[in-house]
Amino acid sequence: METNLLWMIAGMGVVTYLPRVLPLISLDTAVIPRKWQSILKNVPFAILGALIFPGILHINEGSVWYGIVGAGVALLSSWLNWNIILVVLSSVLAVSLFSFLGL
Amino acid sequence: MIPIPAISAANHDFKRGIQAGLSIAIGYLPIAFTYGLLAKSSGLSLLETVGMSIIVFAGASQYIALSMIAAGTGAFEIIITAFIMNIRHLLMSASLNEKMEEDAKWRKAIYGFLITDETFSVAATRTERKLASSFMLGLGLTAYGSWVINSGIGYLIGAGLPETIQAGMAVALYAMFIGLLVPSAKKSSKVILLAGTAALLNSLFSLYEPLSGGWGIILSTIISAAGIEFLMKEEAHGN
Repeated sequence: METNLLWMIAGMGVVTYLPRVLPLISLDTAVIPRKWQSILKNVPFAILGALIFPGILHINEGSVWYGIVGAGVALLSSWLNWNIILVVLSSVLAVSLFSFLGL
Repeated sequence: MIPIPAISAANHDFKRGIQAGLSIAIGYLPIAFTYGLLAKSSGLSLLETVGMSIIVFAGASQYIALSMIAAGTGAFEIIITAFIMNIRHLLMSASLNEKMEEDAKWRKAIYGFLITDETFSVAATRTERKLASSFMLGLGLTAYGSWVINSGIGYLIGAGLPETIQAGMAVALYAMFIGLLVPSAKKSSKVILLAGTAALLNSLFSLYEPLSGGWGIILSTIISAAGIEFLMKEEAHGN
């Protein structure tokens, strides 16, 4: 294993594990100031937005339409309250079909 | 004497945890499979690919790490990004702590490793007043097993899939993110504002080379999460 990559994986492991376990094993650190709690509660939604855009437009090097088709199907199916498994599968199928038809 | 009733109760809770984890195991399948496939195309070895799943066990962070490795980003930036992305687990862990039975710290340190958005969501919405450690262990290990095994399978046979399916798989992660976001966005305009602001900022940052990729995601998340909290508070004071 490449040394640099090994350190990166170990580092990722540490910074991922600590937030998961610290509140569980030490109740005192679970008392976070209210303002910080509110900001932390915002983080998942903000990060999801930043993760989706503009990345989804670049899933195919040739055309942004692959991402737009996939996003459209995922938006529609999740809006209809489909199970997340079906949301993922329908979006994957739609983009596969789009690719197959060579549009 | 061995306390047999206690052991069989733990065994029962563990099995119920496995049952509760099955839906997550199925949900992780295409995501982990695609991760394995992308890891291979990013130039990682099988050991590195499965090793990252075993040690990190955080889907979004692992995907981002792959795209940052492919973009030639440094390890430090990738670790900081993983940290920023997983800070939210502090809140989940703190909230879950209220629902879990009292137990030795070393046991909590073991099942704490298994907290993800999905295992937390399933555990937090259980109707029991208190959850057993062995339930959480069964739930988490089912999800973890699926994640690790399907990472390896994706690496090994992913490239053998037809090109059209591979093209389709590239959207899997983004579809999952949309699927996680939309149910909350339907209930709260604040969620739309948070995601929209961060998406817009990250799109702008991506045009500027030094901020494209990792730092852009960190900056746009912090600005959106803190800025919107600040602005909404100001507005509340104004009213």
